[in-house]
Amino acid sequence: MQNSSVDYIKLASNKAKGKRPYFFEDPAVERVLNITMAIAGELAVARERIDTLERLLEKKGIVSREEIEHYVPDSAIIEEERQLWHSEYISRVLRIIQQEMEELQNPDKTVEEIAEDINKM
Amino acid sequence: MAAKNLPPVWNKMAKHAMLPETTHDERARYNFLASLNKHLAHVSQGNQMAFDKRVEPDFKKDHGRGFTTREEVKEAMKKDPHYQAWSALRRCTMEMRQQAGRSLVLRQAEDLKEKAESLNKGKKTLILDKECQPPPYLLAVDNHLMPGSYHTEVIEGDVSAAANYDSGVFVTTAGLLGKFNDGGGKAISHWMKTTHSEFKPKRILDIGCGMGHNVLPIAMAYPEAEIIAIDTGAPMLRYGHARAMDLGIKNVTFMQVEASQTPFEDESFDWIQTTMFLHETGGKSIYKIMEEIYRMLKPGGITLHIEQPQYTDEMSLFEQFIRDWDAYYNSEPFWSKMHDIMPDELMTKSGFNKEDFMQIGVKAINDLDDGKTKADEPEDHGRSPVWNVFGAWKH
Repeated sequence: MQNSSVDYIKLASNKAKGKRPYFFEDPAVERVLNITMAIAGELAVARERIDTLERLLEKKGIVSREEIEHYVPDSAIIEEERQLWHSEYISRVLRIIQQEMEELQNPDKTVEEIAEDINKM
Repeated sequence: MAAKNLPPVWNKMAKHAMLPETTHDERARYNFLASLNKHLAHVSQGNQMAFDKRVEPDFKKDHGRGFTTREEVKEAMKKDPHYQAWSALRRCTMEMRQQAGRSLVLRQAEDLKEKAESLNKGKKTLILDKECQPPPYLLAVDNHLMPGSYHTEVIEGDVSAAANYDSGVFVTTAGLLGKFNDGGGKAISHWMKTTHSEFKPKRILDIGCGMGHNVLPIAMAYPEAEIIAIDTGAPMLRYGHARAMDLGIKNVTFMQVEASQTPFEDESFDWIQTTMFLHETGGKSIYKIMEEIYRMLKPGGITLHIEQPQYTDEMSLFEQFIRDWDAYYNSEPFWSKMHDIMPDELMTKSGFNKEDFMQIGVKAINDLDDGKTKADEPEDHGRSPVWNVFGAWKH
């Protein structure tokens, strides 16, 4: 369902008023991050669609596009499985952030320093 | 260990005639973004760690003293790599949420407009005023990074801004406001019904009603009352009225009126409510609006305002700083300034008696809560559906 009078693809990505803040010293890093996160999101979307297909195929052995468009989880277990997948997926993609937090919590020696230590062991 | 808390899937949202149609992928995109928001609340814990372990110690070393203002904390934290990464991801998530919502509502803008027109046609409970302009504080910024804010019309008779808001607030709050996004309105009407069961308001005003999600629970709790809900955004009012019609709630009149200059008579309302509205006003307007509220309120009437917690001396500078994030980077600039205004002073300057001032805490009533024990979660500052409510009876 599309309305030709509205250029919804362009308008959807409009900027909000106010100069955009950049948090990293190099804005190029942030640009890459934003593109990467958009791709991450689209992979999640594709994965959810595949999940739907698999479940429908399993259920009926045959699948129509209409069925895919209207599928929504029909049990609390499936809802939970799907949201759990998102949670795991996000954690995987943002691994480095978690690792930096762990490092912050428990500062480590560099492997070069450990090599020196081991050399004396 | 309790089970991991997962946000509800988007299709748990209550269906009504105005809710935009969604494809499978559009729902999946919202599910991803709700999960991402939830994940980032955990990543935010690293900000406190970075502050405690390096930002504050480094500042003390350099300055020979600790932080004295939240602005100093902000300047120092801006250089911290963890804070930079979390901020960049959070900003990106907010922008993605707007893009996801706009892409799905704008493609069906004409259909949504027609749906609203058919539900609104011939009804006296929707009163629009072409002369009513959005106030300057709304024109200065697109609140919460919503391009075009509440008032922009992409086509004549547009409702897309409201459809975007309605479908997406569920994502930003990870469903914690319930399936109608009305946890705030439910909480305040429940509080009134249980704490002041003797109070029988005949006429209630909701200011800055938006798409009316928080005024409808009040209208349902007081079906005999006449409710007037005002806003300056025509798309919000058209959508909100159509939504209320479809939900069978008939005692609310949606009017396009600016809050600081209303056409209502002196002492003509028993209850005047705002919900998450005042922090989207301005430094002078907030006082004008409160004076207007005082004027319109009947003696014996009450006014209540649901807001995020104020910044007090008891709140750590770090917490003030982290609560400020949304103000600057999710574009709600008055949020920070307003939290320095003491609500009791705001009320007394507008005419209320100091002894009539009241302040309570309320939590959203969430009809999606399954009652299961949840794992402990870090507070997502500025996003938690736990609010400070202040107000006063007028005597």
